[in-house]
Amino acid sequence: MADFWRRFHRNIGAVAGLVILAIVGLTAVLAPILFPFSPWEMRGVPFMPPGEMGFLLGSDSLGRDVAAGIAHGTVVSLLVGGVSTVAALAIGITLGAVAGYAGGRVDDAVMRFTEFFQTIPSFVLAVVLVAIFTPSITSIVIAIAIVSWPPVTRVVRAEFLSLRAREFVQAAEVLGRSRLAIMLTEILPNALSPIIVLASLMVATAILLESALSFLGLGDPNLMSWGFMIGAGRSVIRLAWWMSVFPGIAIFLTVLALNLVGEGLNDALNPRLARRRGMVVT
Amino acid sequence: MGAGRLLRFLARRLVKAAIVVLAIVVFQFVLIRLAPGDPASVIAGQSGAADAEFMAQLRAQFGLDRPLHEQLWIYVKGVLTLDLGFSHRQQAPVAALIWERLPATLLLTGVAFLFAISAGVALGVAAARRVGRPTDSLITVVALTFYATPIFWVGLLLVLVFSVWLEWLPSFGMYSVGADLTGFAHAFDVGRHLILPSITLGLFFLAIYARLARASMLEVADQDFVRTAHAKGVPEGRIIRAHVLRNALLPVITFAGIQAGQLVGGSILVETVFAWPGIGRLAFDALLQRDYAVLLGVFFCTAVMVVLFNLITDLLYAVIDPRVEVA
Repeated sequence: MADFWRRFHRNIGAVAGLVILAIVGLTAVLAPILFPFSPWEMRGVPFMPPGEMGFLLGSDSLGRDVAAGIAHGTVVSLLVGGVSTVAALAIGITLGAVAGYAGGRVDDAVMRFTEFFQTIPSFVLAVVLVAIFTPSITSIVIAIAIVSWPPVTRVVRAEFLSLRAREFVQAAEVLGRSRLAIMLTEILPNALSPIIVLASLMVATAILLESALSFLGLGDPNLMSWGFMIGAGRSVIRLAWWMSVFPGIAIFLTVLALNLVGEGLNDALNPRLARRRGMVVT
Repeated sequence: MGAGRLLRFLARRLVKAAIVVLAIVVFQFVLIRLAPGDPASVIAGQSGAADAEFMAQLRAQFGLDRPLHEQLWIYVKGVLTLDLGFSHRQQAPVAALIWERLPATLLLTGVAFLFAISAGVALGVAAARRVGRPTDSLITVVALTFYATPIFWVGLLLVLVFSVWLEWLPSFGMYSVGADLTGFAHAFDVGRHLILPSITLGLFFLAIYARLARASMLEVADQDFVRTAHAKGVPEGRIIRAHVLRNALLPVITFAGIQAGQLVGGSILVETVFAWPGIGRLAFDALLQRDYAVLLGVFFCTAVMVVLFNLITDLLYAVIDPRVEVA
């Protein structure tokens, strides 16, 4: 553990990412205290530039507080990013573990299925899914999970494939432990580090996806989100740049921080691969 | 490789591609059936625009009163004969709408791809040659920045800077309205309109290709044949070009093939921002009008584009790299 921190600390970018992420998390927690009103509420004169009439980041075309919208949107972004990643991990780990451990025809079938989902253009599929199942936070989370699990399956399968032939797994098999127990308690803990690295990058991609969906008007109509704010401010960008610029900065910083932390985790958890692997393919 | 083996390889890949396309059609059918409400109303568009007569016609056309497997057969047959349904909103066959918009999207994604891969590989090579030095760090930071920025937001910022503030470039559309230009002037006009959208779409992929090319260059530079070339006294520039880059490009090409879908997906956002008259903009308009027939048509079209693109990269790969197992 100490070793892990030492290696993580050496990566300046990763530490910076962690600091940004802490600020983003704090904003999410403090949003109801800092802005104890609905982000949809009209708080004053529309089209106020940043800093005027008590609007830190300006007001939008309906007199809503841009800063309040961003703060409340933080909760939505982090929630969607986190939950959809957990869901995608659940699908990906299950399929990858079964394919890698069982091998043979099962492996073939699962990998064909995974390849198929990798062929389908993921963003277009997410758009179609959310549109057909009507936009809500649930349909958004499900759609993002459905388009993000294939890389997890690939990584987990590769790990299981190489670990199942190792002695400690064979020992457990000889001892007569059930397959499920072997997969969960023997192999999975040893396959965790690439999964953790992948997960941090997946949260980043999920936040980008959510913002793109709500930019297109496919956000949850009851929740303020960064993508929605950019989409709403887009038509008046000539008059009021702040309505679309500030929410974009929020997305950028959050996604950048997650990517930096992911790289730091990669360096710290896979020191041997740190130099070779430029990036984890998502 | 022999022509016969290449043909056999081609045939196998074609069969595989055909199976994938068939699976996509079945997948779409399942999607429509899983959607809440009457499948006919999903196809017609839900916000009440469809009249009873049209709904009855749709039910008959898709055989919604017949058993499920017959419905599936009717649907698959329809899509595979390029009958993608009828847009009640636009009063036109979906296939015709897509066909009309496809060239604009191909132009945009093609130019964006060429920009991203050439600039990305150049930056990646530059970074790898100066690994650990300020240039390398700078390029890495730039790549990370574009990788983390939502592309629709990049588009808006470019519009803000280059159209609104500097007034250098047009911010929307594909050509100047009412200018009626022809020949070279027309091409120049389209080119000017193309600059901002293609840069917007390309920047995200530029970031990916740059990082990939850098990692791949460093990996190849460590290998024995490069050391041998150094030992033989081959000039540095030639080693980079003829030995390292050539081998380092392969993973970049593979990845570009895998990412074709993302490029097409990104064009929905970029076309929406810049009002570029391609299938992405068509999909966005369909979204606003809840015109699911068009939306599913665009989905099918993009999926087929990706399958075709993967087919082309597979072939390129087999031709470029003789080590690739073709049998």
